[in-house]
Amino acid sequence: MNINQISIFLENRPKHLSEICRTLSQANVSIVTLSLADTADFGIVRMIVSDHEKARQALTAAGHVVNVREVLAVTVPDRPGGMAEIMELLDSAGVNIEYSYAFAFHHGEKAVLVFRFDDNAKAAKVLEAAGVLTLNERQIEESAK
Amino acid sequence: MRAKIESESGVVAHDIYGLTEISGPGVAGDCGCGGLHVWEDHYYPEIVDPETLQPLPDGEQGELVFTTLDRFGTPMVRYRTRDLTRLRPGVCPHCGRTMRVMDRVSARSDDMLIIHGVNVFPSQIETALLRIPEIAPHYQIVLTPTETLDLFEIKVELTPEAFSDNIRALETLRKRVLAAIKQIIGLTPKIILVEPNTLPRSEGKIKRVIDNRRK
Repeated sequence: MNINQISIFLENRPKHLSEICRTLSQANVSIVTLSLADTADFGIVRMIVSDHEKARQALTAAGHVVNVREVLAVTVPDRPGGMAEIMELLDSAGVNIEYSYAFAFHHGEKAVLVFRFDDNAKAAKVLEAAGVLTLNERQIEESAK
Repeated sequence: MRAKIESESGVVAHDIYGLTEISGPGVAGDCGCGGLHVWEDHYYPEIVDPETLQPLPDGEQGELVFTTLDRFGTPMVRYRTRDLTRLRPGVCPHCGRTMRVMDRVSARSDDMLIIHGVNVFPSQIETALLRIPEIAPHYQIVLTPTETLDLFEIKVELTPEAFSDNIRALETLRKRVLAAIKQIIGLTPKIILVEPNTLPRSEGKIKRVIDNRRK
């Protein structure tokens, strides 16, 4: 089950991230989780938000560069070896990770991670076949409460 | 930079002025007095008002023009250097020479920039950017002095279509911009990607170039 993530281009200058957060707040969009990727000269902030379309519109109107991409919210057993099992599943299917970051909440007993794979559809199929739950947007909203 | 070269290599540095159209290096040189003696037996210097092109008296700042006195192949008559300076007459208190001294060139009368000793025209940057469709043809050159080589930065605007959520793709784009610019001007500026519509639009040199090197 794919969920939508927004990515925003970050200039290497003071206050850029706070401007983005303020724009989201004024649009009444809440940030569920985020990740910052950076180089020496610029960065990308990736976010799962309460309403990605509203977020995209508000940020674009404010002059920011926004991209919406599909990612998977994968539940991972929260115990030693839990992550390794998921990785090995994907390795054997030949799926590569482009990036990953975590949600701050648990879904039941499990941790939840955001993944962007080089082949999201294939990854989803492999995980489903192995009985690994991926969350949809409604489930994320529920767990985040 | 000059002081650093002198102290670290143990040599005495001399500032030498010249331009390709006249003879290359060797039109004027410094003796240590702070200015550069123009070799007036070969080149006749005048300072003119760059607007009216009327000659200005010694001591006044204007555009330097040269007439060659002993060239037969390609003589130059009142050739405009576009360099802004002034001429000081009299016997040099430092070396005793009587040939007039020109100040070190502090500015140009057109929009050419001298960056790392290389002549750069802003239009060359524009030409390079037009080759990269993912970048808007808007840019800003920022020159900042450091203890050694001036910092040479060019800000360019990312187009929304070019943004793909992929760090490597952006880094590749930045390198392509650098390669296109380097191919034309031969220098390696630092390329800074900025958001669309954030750079001032074409309003002449003043806003496209921020030169913090001299005041």
